[in-house]
Amino acid sequence: MALIKELDFGTPIRVSEKTVTLTIDGVSVSVPEGTSIMHAAMNMGTKIPKLCATDMVEAFGSCRLCLVEIEGRKGTPASCTTPAENGMKVHTQTPRVAQLRKGVMELYISDHPLDCLTCSANGDCELQDMAGAVGLRDVRYGYKGENHLGLAKDESNPYFTFESSKCIVCSRCVRACEEVQGTFALTIEGRGFNSRVSPGGMDFLSSECVSCGACVQACPTATLNEKTMYQIGTPEHSVVTTCAYCGVGCSFKAEMKGNELVRMVPYKDGKANEGHSCVKGRFSWGYATHKDRITKPMIRAKITDPWKEVSWDEAIGYAASEFKRIQKTYGKDSIGGITSSRCTNEEVFVMQKLIRAGFGNNNVDTCARVCHSPTGYGLSKTFGTSAGTQDFKSVAKSDVIIIIGANPTDGHPVFASRMKKRLREGAKLIIADPRRIDLVKTPHVMADYHLPLLPGTNVALINALAHVIVTEGLVKQDYVRERCDMEAFDYWARFISEPRNSPEASEQYTGVPAADVRGAARLYATGGNGAIYYGLGVTEHSQGSTMVMGMANLAMCTGNIGRDGVGINPLRGQNNVQGSCDMGSFPHEFPGYRHVSTDATRVTFEALWGVPLSGEPGLRIPNMIDEAQSGGFKGLYVQGEDIAQSDPDTKHITGGLEAMECVIVQDLFLNETAKYAHVFFPGASFLEKDGTFTNAERRINRVRMVMPPLAGLGDWEVTMKFSEALGYKMHYTHPSQIMDEVALLTPTFKGVSYARLDALGSIQWPCNEAAPEGTPIMHVEKFVRGKGNFIVTEYVPTEERVGPRFPLLLTTGRILSQYNVGAQTRRTENNVWHAEDVLEIHPHDAETRGVKDGDLVQIASRSGDIALRAKVSERMQPGVVYTTFHHAISGANVITTDFSDWATNCPEYKVTAVQVRRTNHLSQWQEEDRQHSIDTRRIELPAAAE
Amino acid sequence: MAIKVYVPIDAASLSVGAEAVAKAIAAEAVRQHQSVHIVRNGSRGLFWLEPMIEVETGQGRIAYGPVEAHEVAGLFDCGFLSGGMHAKRLGPTEEIPYLKRQQRLTFARIGVIDPLSLEDYRGMEGFNGLRRALGMAGKDIVEEVLGSGLRGRGGAGFPTGIKWRTVLGVAADQKYIVCNADEGDSGTYADRMIMEGDPFMLIEGMVIAGVAVGATKGFIYLRSEYPHAFRTLKKAIALCEKHGFLGRSVMGSGKAFELEVRLGAGAYICGEETSLLESLEGKRGQIRPKPPLPAISGLFDKPTVINNVLSLACVPFIMARGAKAYAEFGMGRSRGTMPVQLAGNVKHGGLIELAFGVTLRELIFDFGGGTASGRPFRAVQVGGPLGAYFPESLLDTPLDYEAMAAVKGMLGHGGVVVFDDTVDLAKQARFAMEFCAIESCGKCTPCRIGSTRGVETIDKIINGEEREKNHALLDDLCTTMTDASLCALGGLTPIPVRSALDHFRQDFEKPVRIRMAAE
Repeated sequence: MALIKELDFGTPIRVSEKTVTLTIDGVSVSVPEGTSIMHAAMNMGTKIPKLCATDMVEAFGSCRLCLVEIEGRKGTPASCTTPAENGMKVHTQTPRVAQLRKGVMELYISDHPLDCLTCSANGDCELQDMAGAVGLRDVRYGYKGENHLGLAKDESNPYFTFESSKCIVCSRCVRACEEVQGTFALTIEGRGFNSRVSPGGMDFLSSECVSCGACVQACPTATLNEKTMYQIGTPEHSVVTTCAYCGVGCSFKAEMKGNELVRMVPYKDGKANEGHSCVKGRFSWGYATHKDRITKPMIRAKITDPWKEVSWDEAIGYAASEFKRIQKTYGKDSIGGITSSRCTNEEVFVMQKLIRAGFGNNNVDTCARVCHSPTGYGLSKTFGTSAGTQDFKSVAKSDVIIIIGANPTDGHPVFASRMKKRLREGAKLIIADPRRIDLVKTPHVMADYHLPLLPGTNVALINALAHVIVTEGLVKQDYVRERCDMEAFDYWARFISEPRNSPEASEQYTGVPAADVRGAARLYATGGNGAIYYGLGVTEHSQGSTMVMGMANLAMCTGNIGRDGVGINPLRGQNNVQGSCDMGSFPHEFPGYRHVSTDATRVTFEALWGVPLSGEPGLRIPNMIDEAQSGGFKGLYVQGEDIAQSDPDTKHITGGLEAMECVIVQDLFLNETAKYAHVFFPGASFLEKDGTFTNAERRINRVRMVMPPLAGLGDWEVTMKFSEALGYKMHYTHPSQIMDEVALLTPTFKGVSYARLDALGSIQWPCNEAAPEGTPIMHVEKFVRGKGNFIVTEYVPTEERVGPRFPLLLTTGRILSQYNVGAQTRRTENNVWHAEDVLEIHPHDAETRGVKDGDLVQIASRSGDIALRAKVSERMQPGVVYTTFHHAISGANVITTDFSDWATNCPEYKVTAVQVRRTNHLSQWQEEDRQHSIDTRRIELPAAAE
Repeated sequence: MAIKVYVPIDAASLSVGAEAVAKAIAAEAVRQHQSVHIVRNGSRGLFWLEPMIEVETGQGRIAYGPVEAHEVAGLFDCGFLSGGMHAKRLGPTEEIPYLKRQQRLTFARIGVIDPLSLEDYRGMEGFNGLRRALGMAGKDIVEEVLGSGLRGRGGAGFPTGIKWRTVLGVAADQKYIVCNADEGDSGTYADRMIMEGDPFMLIEGMVIAGVAVGATKGFIYLRSEYPHAFRTLKKAIALCEKHGFLGRSVMGSGKAFELEVRLGAGAYICGEETSLLESLEGKRGQIRPKPPLPAISGLFDKPTVINNVLSLACVPFIMARGAKAYAEFGMGRSRGTMPVQLAGNVKHGGLIELAFGVTLRELIFDFGGGTASGRPFRAVQVGGPLGAYFPESLLDTPLDYEAMAAVKGMLGHGGVVVFDDTVDLAKQARFAMEFCAIESCGKCTPCRIGSTRGVETIDKIINGEEREKNHALLDDLCTTMTDASLCALGGLTPIPVRSALDHFRQDFEKPVRIRMAAE
């Protein structure tokens, strides 16, 4: 294995139907019109010296190294900014340009430290390369002139340093921050010789920088360099793999030194991210080798006992004997398992196979239950598939973008950057969110409409938008007639046209001015390609599924499904939540969303798996907990999910766990759920996995093992061994064989194999004979279910309502630097940005309660109470408060309720009626949890060595 | 009837006391019960005579100057209101040789009229050009400008008509006319005099440009150091809007043109057209690479005509009198007239508008009267801080784009700065590099680092450090800056340096001891 060095074409790729043909150094080359001479030269392998050009940003023309001579033109134009033209005769190496390049390099080096040997970028520095390339041998200016060598180093950012003295002011970082990331945190301060890159006149940490790493990626020198490069040195080999954070699924090169990870570098060929990254994927991987990692299997009889480290065989044997005992005592259905959206498709597949074939029931569920289960339900009922309709690239063709209940700049930052780029180009933006999320107004982006609806009123809003489109005659009649079920449409249109669905009537629920709703609806219906992007602000409601169908109705009636630039796109929260659903994690569905009661499907599985399978849907997570509380459910195998922290109404969940007799937790850390566990299987981090993740655009990406599993076994191997111990043997020797079985059993995965994935880079399902290279955009000719189905979406207010005791609505979400339950990011330097969960509250609500910024406040709901610090924020609207759930000790889910989506049981995290008051102490639950966490996490020390 | 007295309101006149003179005249008139109507005109450009006041008499306008406020009472006593004799009496203004020998086409009205009087402006052919243009097709207007031979007066000398033709030929929903009024060359002031002395002419020129290429919006990018011009332009624009020369339907033609003045923030580099556009868009004033040409993708990425004040100011004459009338002036490929700004160590500094072809010698000696110090002439820098220094032996070079280029110089914006024999050209060469270092936007390497290294290297030469090696290095640096810089600032800085080396080599070879002693 070698270090992968991707080619840098200097300027971005151009797409054009016209090609131009020119001659470079006597060789003819044809390129798309608009391609720079530099890029054209690189196409034929000719590297023109360059420093300010890199293909992630537009040409800038500042370094003046890439000068060339063109026959018939005077002067020495820069090859990066000069487009190739038909018949041009370019010479890239002439005595004249050689002289000029040397002259420029001599100037550069006259203001650059000569510490190459001890520099962190030694061997990985373009300045160094160029000095060599142009043959610089002498700096005749000497080093006594004016210079920047004494400038202080900014080490404030936890992950990278900014060493201005090494900066050559090429502006690549500034441009990357603007063009790629869209944050505009960096600038050039001063002018002339005093021009310096600056994060706005302060240090990096205090600046607007979001640590996406684009600047570090762009920097040709050691000026912006990963701290690990200082600490460890340059890497020697790299492995291309997929990030394990959000559902964007960015491709990275893990750059290694032996088994030590030096840095994660975004991979340009990764189709999801195309070379971009965010703070989490780029830098926040330190948790993988954190001291809290548990690497030895452990068991205990009671949760009040300390853990005992044992061998894999003993742990698996003990777990199997317990599960067998429980099934024998309480029946076949008394055990179940939860698959993980953090794990690979292969691991999830093996897990559900274990449950269906090994446990002999369908008691399998997954964390998608609490996030995107309504997406699956809603899109399947209307379109026929449980997935988003577009690829990420599609947003570049959108003219009107609607964001509902999602906060892409925090939750899906790399996709947000794509979106911002399109918005800066002039696409219109409509945001429906109770909070003023960043995209409402961020540099060079401003929402045309922000519809600040009250939590819990999504359906009223979506109906009002549709009402305007239908009653104002904006329906795309041709599209609907051709593509959709007309009977269903007519029925729906009559319903939606009723006055009670008008913006004026629903204003009383949503709080959104009717005029804005009308304006937004007209814009979406008439503004060109309309695309809807949404998140958990849609799904995590008692009408989550209804809302998904409401959006589908809206898109169908405006003809916004089935081509580039349009669509309905769930922004998936976890790296493999799409995949875990695809792989049959739901109690009623086999892989590929086929119902367990369908005999034909079941027979196929039974034939291959060699055991009879149950046709009865199994228990969902909430049902498992309820059953446990009532004594019928006694054993649970939880792989890579922390239900005790992430699921709503914590006390109900932990009560259920406590009632079980054997809880197996497979995880990297002793998480909250592990406090109630009897067996602990140490899990493998994404760096230790071989397999695939499927991202929010249905893209199956390879996950490649970067280092061997710290605990000795991969998660799939553990599950397989456990299955064998239970009496059901599986025979895989490599995850690729699992994927082969998936392909064999699942029509939408028919064409997928590791060989195909390695050849194509990634594949978007469905992938089969009809689409051998996958399907970027769905429902192109017709809907998967045939005709698009309009479904009546009656608005039914949630039963969770404000009243005198609980007058405020709490809604929850997450922020950029932390990830979900924080198990990973809390064990990184990211805490510097978000050390604790806080309660965001509008100044008015704070004022009437005497709450000041930083005060400790009690947040009480019908379910319980917790205490957090208050952050007074005008992002909130009066009457609505907000917090995150990243820190287990906050106990945000102690106060959320057990209301859930009518169709899928997805919890209603987004609406909890609460009261907020100042306090001077933590809540009882928080106090008890602190002690409980210590008591239940003890590990028995091994006997002292003799 | 009130007697008209002209007291210039031009910034140069104000700087030497014109305001006090105007007040003194008003006060004295009251005291002497004289009915006086003070007109604040632009300057005639005879700066050694400022404040130069004029009185309208039966024999025409009689000039007095330079007048100081304390002399006003004496002037009244001498009967200056009827052209009476006084030590400061200059005679009929138009007969002053410095003025009489000029060929004022662009500056015909400046100093003559009240800058903000539409009546005055129209009384002297104002808006004739626009009226004619409004009746013509865009391409015919462009042809007329092409035919006049007008070349960009900002310095580059690019044919104005060709620029316009490019913009006309690009289809776009919006096009712009941008006037470069960031007059930053040291020793130049022609733009300022136009904006302060005849703002309607500039506005008319811009509207014609808009009509020609199909642009409906114009911006004047004005340097912030010109507050008087700013105020005058604002007032002039408001008057034009009120009287239908700007707005939705210019002169009732149905063609729209709106105009705004925007202030710069004190950067020389923003006089470079692409930097100016960046600044106008609200960004850091930094050079854009070309292509794309601003004519194709300029302000806010729209096709944009960007012309210097002087170029646009030539247009009303060309349109009113015809291309031929303008092209009759000049020599070779330099057609029309050039307003030269004579400055520096010269006895009679001022604005001299003449057809191309006049020699430097005529300008400096016949008009300028030699050095102000009375010491022997030694050098003249033509074309602003990036122009060449010429010795006496090149003074017969005519003012002409090509002739200047032939002697490795440039006409630039028409600035001519004179030096006597006390000048040290090594120091002037150093100054050229220093100027570049101070004004560099910092984008490209040759200019950003090269100019600073240039200063240091010239210092080493001056200080006698390894002169031979450093001369070679300086020469290499000049080549790097000339050929590799992104824009003209870095690219032209070597011109003054190399001209100093070519013509005044001895200044770089003075023994260090002698130099120290001299200082």
